[in-house]
Amino acid sequence: MDRFKKIKSIVTPFDKVNVDTDQIVPKQFLKLIQKTGFGKFLFYNWRFNSDEKPNSGFILNDPKYKNSKILITQDNFGCGSSREHAVWALQDYGFSVIIAPSFADIFFSNCFKNGLLAIILNSKIVEKLLKIQTEIEVDLENQIIKTDTEIIPFQIDEYKKKNLLNGLDEIALTLKYQDKILEYEKKSTISSLL
Amino acid sequence: MSKTLFEKIWDSHLVLEEENGPSLLYIDRHLIHEVTSPQAFEGLRLNNRKVRRPDLTIATEDHNVPTSNRSLPIVDQVSSIQIKTLEKNCKDFGIQLFGINNPNQGIVHVIGPQLGITLPGSTIVCGDSHTSTQGAFGALAFGIGTSEVEHVLATQTIWMEKLKPFEIRVEGKRKNPFAVTAKDIILSIIRRIGTAGGAGTVIEYRGETISELSMEQRMTICNMSIEAGARAGLIAPDEKTFEYLRGKKYTPKNYEELVAEWRENLKTDSNAKFDKSFTLDAKNLAPQVSWGTNPAMVSDVTEKIPFPEEFAKDLSQQKGVEKALQYMDLKPGIPITDIYIDRVFIGSCTNARLEDLIAASKVVKGKKVSSKVRAMVVPGSQMVKKQAEDLGIDKIFIDANFEWRESGCSMCLGMNPDILGPGERCASTSNRNFEGRQGVGGRTHLVSPVMAAAAAIKGHFVDVREMDLN
Repeated sequence: MDRFKKIKSIVTPFDKVNVDTDQIVPKQFLKLIQKTGFGKFLFYNWRFNSDEKPNSGFILNDPKYKNSKILITQDNFGCGSSREHAVWALQDYGFSVIIAPSFADIFFSNCFKNGLLAIILNSKIVEKLLKIQTEIEVDLENQIIKTDTEIIPFQIDEYKKKNLLNGLDEIALTLKYQDKILEYEKKSTISSLL
Repeated sequence: MSKTLFEKIWDSHLVLEEENGPSLLYIDRHLIHEVTSPQAFEGLRLNNRKVRRPDLTIATEDHNVPTSNRSLPIVDQVSSIQIKTLEKNCKDFGIQLFGINNPNQGIVHVIGPQLGITLPGSTIVCGDSHTSTQGAFGALAFGIGTSEVEHVLATQTIWMEKLKPFEIRVEGKRKNPFAVTAKDIILSIIRRIGTAGGAGTVIEYRGETISELSMEQRMTICNMSIEAGARAGLIAPDEKTFEYLRGKKYTPKNYEELVAEWRENLKTDSNAKFDKSFTLDAKNLAPQVSWGTNPAMVSDVTEKIPFPEEFAKDLSQQKGVEKALQYMDLKPGIPITDIYIDRVFIGSCTNARLEDLIAASKVVKGKKVSSKVRAMVVPGSQMVKKQAEDLGIDKIFIDANFEWRESGCSMCLGMNPDILGPGERCASTSNRNFEGRQGVGGRTHLVSPVMAAAAAIKGHFVDVREMDLN
């Protein structure tokens, strides 16, 4: 995982509640066996018309947001299926930060495993950020978002923050506790499936 | 200290508890399938890592497999590669696989309990959000992403923030339990608490009505916990649970000893505290039908399609309802029973077990599917299919012009050739009515197996309580 650096970009206002992972990456694109290349499928059924031409009314097709790295959206983003492909698609498309008043649990966890920063802010601030037209800066180290006119602090769990800033491999981290795992296994009575 | 059932299972699986951070939790059972595992195995290979406990891991092929004749090769080349990749990964890493032609193949959450892999008090994960199904056995079972699949393969553990226990009580005797099913109970709960009502929690379902449900019905309830936003659903094990798991393929040798221990310990202490609580009265419950594009957009079959203004509390919800009705091509104010359908799907990890098929067959027996409807039954596993065939249930469906298919996830998510065409409307026993879920432009109405069967016969939704049954 790459180290998470400061992100400065305009924001894509995506004013929708309950966006499920079936919309983020429709199932017809889940058959690949690698993690790369999912950006072209992001929000596919919304981004493209049935003739596969871009839907000009869809926000991501507005040239203004072409290089945006920050997506602002509404409650319960990422609900439904556990597919991590949703995170891979958002990242591959170019997003590094997603801001919402709340996220679905599995999606939220998947974001941090891949270095995508998911920030929870209260709805009033989200409403304000949905309207912002200028660039904002997301500074994870100091847990602040800078706009032209204000500095907005945000909360993040220390463990997640450290992993993102250092680009840590979580499995390598866990394997340092092998002795603890072994100790647990010695007293565990769970039956083998062999 | 008094503890909830969830807290007892959590505490007994802690490998490491860190202050102000996630805990490291041991995983007893890891189920994998073809769609969310390839990238995890690739990660292991790139880092030269092994699977720590292949003996606690089981694989099956369910999501993208065709449900047509299995002796033919898979036509979809990309699906075929995904299947072959799982087969190679299982071989390379020493994992048991119930592949497409194995008699134990089936939807991962259906075969877990059927094979006795699912055990009370255990921790179970799978790269699939409906892993919550197996919580019906008093296990802490939840869905994970692919990075976590890789982590569990490599370490047999998972880092997790402690979830909060949420009590949902279902009380009251249903007047007609044949027609008002477990599916109607859970849809009705989601309708009331919302799709994020359970976020950050593990739901424990309790109360008189829950105790009365069979194990298969309890699985339907726990299955859709994720649709209420919860990570997992739980039901304390009882004699029905212990009986269900007796004598299965993987039932442990010292089972009776374990049962004695479970009977004693696997329950919420009488004065334990939940973070929140909700009660549903099931006494006057009616069969439920979803009309929108999320599983909280549900009405009684006797109601009309709501007007967006009825959701006056919240403007964004109103907009959502408007958009959903537009997608569903439904007008507010029309009775649910005036909605005509094109397709019927009886299947999925929610409702494709033997009891579901038996119940639906009672509605279908001696009748014919409406000439305007294409209807299919997709058993949850090869074992379910065989049990149903031994009972002659397949014939009831086939005689009524239902298609009788091989097992798999099928049209619940449409990763295989079983999909809705654009604009097609389906009465489905599955769990998600999201836009395009069953096929681009397809329209899904979530219902119980008996309601789906009744709709297949009549060509539109009907109150199954009013059907003549043979």
